[in-house]
Amino acid sequence: MFRTNMAITYTSGEQVEVYRFSLPATVLIPLAAVFLQAWLPLRFPFFSVFDLPLLVTIGFATARRSPLAGLFTGSLIGILQDALTHQPIGLYGISKTVVGFGASSLGIKLDVENAGARFLLTIFFYVVHEVVYFLIARGLVGLHLAWSWPHEFLSGVANAVLGVLIFMLLDRVKQRT
Amino acid sequence: MDVLGRYRNLIVLVGVLFAQVLGLAVQVNVKRTTDSEPTRLIRVWAVGAVTPFEKALVWSETSAGNAWHNYFYLRGVRAENRDLKQQIERMSLERVRMSQDADQARRLQALLAFKEQFISETMAAQVIGGSGSEQSRSVYIDKGERDGIKPDMAVITADGIVGKVLRVYRSTALVLLIDDQTSGVGALLDKTRLQGILRGTPAGEVVLEKVMSDETVPAGEQVLTSGGDGIFPKGLLVGQVTKVAPGSDLFLNIQVRPAADLSKLEEVLVVTKIDERQAEPDQTGAGRAVDILAERLPGVPSKPADANSEDAAKTAVPGAAAPGTVAPGSVAASSTGAGAKPKTAPPHAPATSTAPVNSGAAVQKVVPKPVQAPPEPKPQPAAEDVPH
Repeated sequence: MFRTNMAITYTSGEQVEVYRFSLPATVLIPLAAVFLQAWLPLRFPFFSVFDLPLLVTIGFATARRSPLAGLFTGSLIGILQDALTHQPIGLYGISKTVVGFGASSLGIKLDVENAGARFLLTIFFYVVHEVVYFLIARGLVGLHLAWSWPHEFLSGVANAVLGVLIFMLLDRVKQRT
Repeated sequence: MDVLGRYRNLIVLVGVLFAQVLGLAVQVNVKRTTDSEPTRLIRVWAVGAVTPFEKALVWSETSAGNAWHNYFYLRGVRAENRDLKQQIERMSLERVRMSQDADQARRLQALLAFKEQFISETMAAQVIGGSGSEQSRSVYIDKGERDGIKPDMAVITADGIVGKVLRVYRSTALVLLIDDQTSGVGALLDKTRLQGILRGTPAGEVVLEKVMSDETVPAGEQVLTSGGDGIFPKGLLVGQVTKVAPGSDLFLNIQVRPAADLSKLEEVLVVTKIDERQAEPDQTGAGRAVDILAERLPGVPSKPADANSEDAAKTAVPGAAAPGTVAPGSVAASSTGAGAKPKTAPPHAPATSTAPVNSGAAVQKVVPKPVQAPPEPKPQPAAEDVPH
């Protein structure tokens, strides 16, 4: 009760809860996120501002609190997302690998069970994701991307709002180890 | 050993990142040199995992929509039917006028040994999903290899061009939209006939590049395909110029609003066959270029009924309205009953509209449509051909 009302706080190793997800949830939730990300913007163009696979990556990584699981989850979700685009495979893969690793590493040290912490964490990792994507796309692939801090920050806030809701849904399917 | 265990997570992270960076570099290099696709298998799996859900969802959405609109929600159908009938009447008159223009264009083309391109077959397809990325402006359609779709086929709607087929899978295909930054379409401006290359920008806008800055391009001018890219036939509508500004180099920065709404695509037509043929002269029409040009000039008013018919024949101008025909430009008069009866279009007259989208039909035969007549030469009438 005390923990759910706190902002981001350091917790000792003993206090950290580690969760796992069932196999169907592990497979179907990322697949559903990628599918909805591909389908919803066609019906609702404003939805392209969200990155559902990124939110699922952060949600899984912070719940499992295992850097290895986080980076592999991010990597696989990113590669799946890349495969649906016409760009080379690896742009989202690398970005989400970094985010998965970072979110799970941070999840070990911080209390990420409350909504405020999740909100700030999502904004932070959204911006990290976009920066990594931008650098790789420009540096390695030669794409010309537009960068705007206000746009990225506002998109981060929008994703964070949706992220808090999605993390609440993920809380329902995660299992205590 | 202890160090390896301590930094195990970091080492794995660096390894995974290195592998992906290496894979990315290989893909970029292979694409530059051989244009082959080393990641085909991963893409096939990913598309195979996601698109069945998209197809199912689109199918159920379409079915529910059809049931609602076709059986339950019929409000306003009577009024709409009346409006459509009026529209058909207006378009019939327009068609007569345009078929005469097309006749003249075809005869001129024949004289110039002009080869015309036309869309002879299209396939209707439903858009089932997107790429899910703002950096990859592309959509998936529900037709693929087994339906005869091939890479580099043009994709259009009734409003304008949409993009080209980029990758083909067994039952789906990826279409690269014209607003993607990696796309390029040969385009020309309708009135000024200036040519350029149409490209997408990272922000999702469409710009016409390579038009010199000393040219004048008015806002609102229509942009058409030039046929220079070998994908889109010449003369298809691309969009409209919205803004013209001087660019950073020698070229203008011309923004174009696509005619097709690329953010709300539902059904598209894939151009599966483009034919090329040489225009054939119309045996019934005028044979000389001067006669054809004279047809476009104003006709001489009919002489009174009591006038000598032989004299009338002598003074008649080639191409002027004769009994049973109508001079070009006089359709409005004839439609009101004041003039002669309009000449009906010949059986081979080209269609003036794009084929309707029909997702139920597998392959549609499109009535041959000359996609672009050559620019009209300015008439330089000889003294004997000009009506006095």
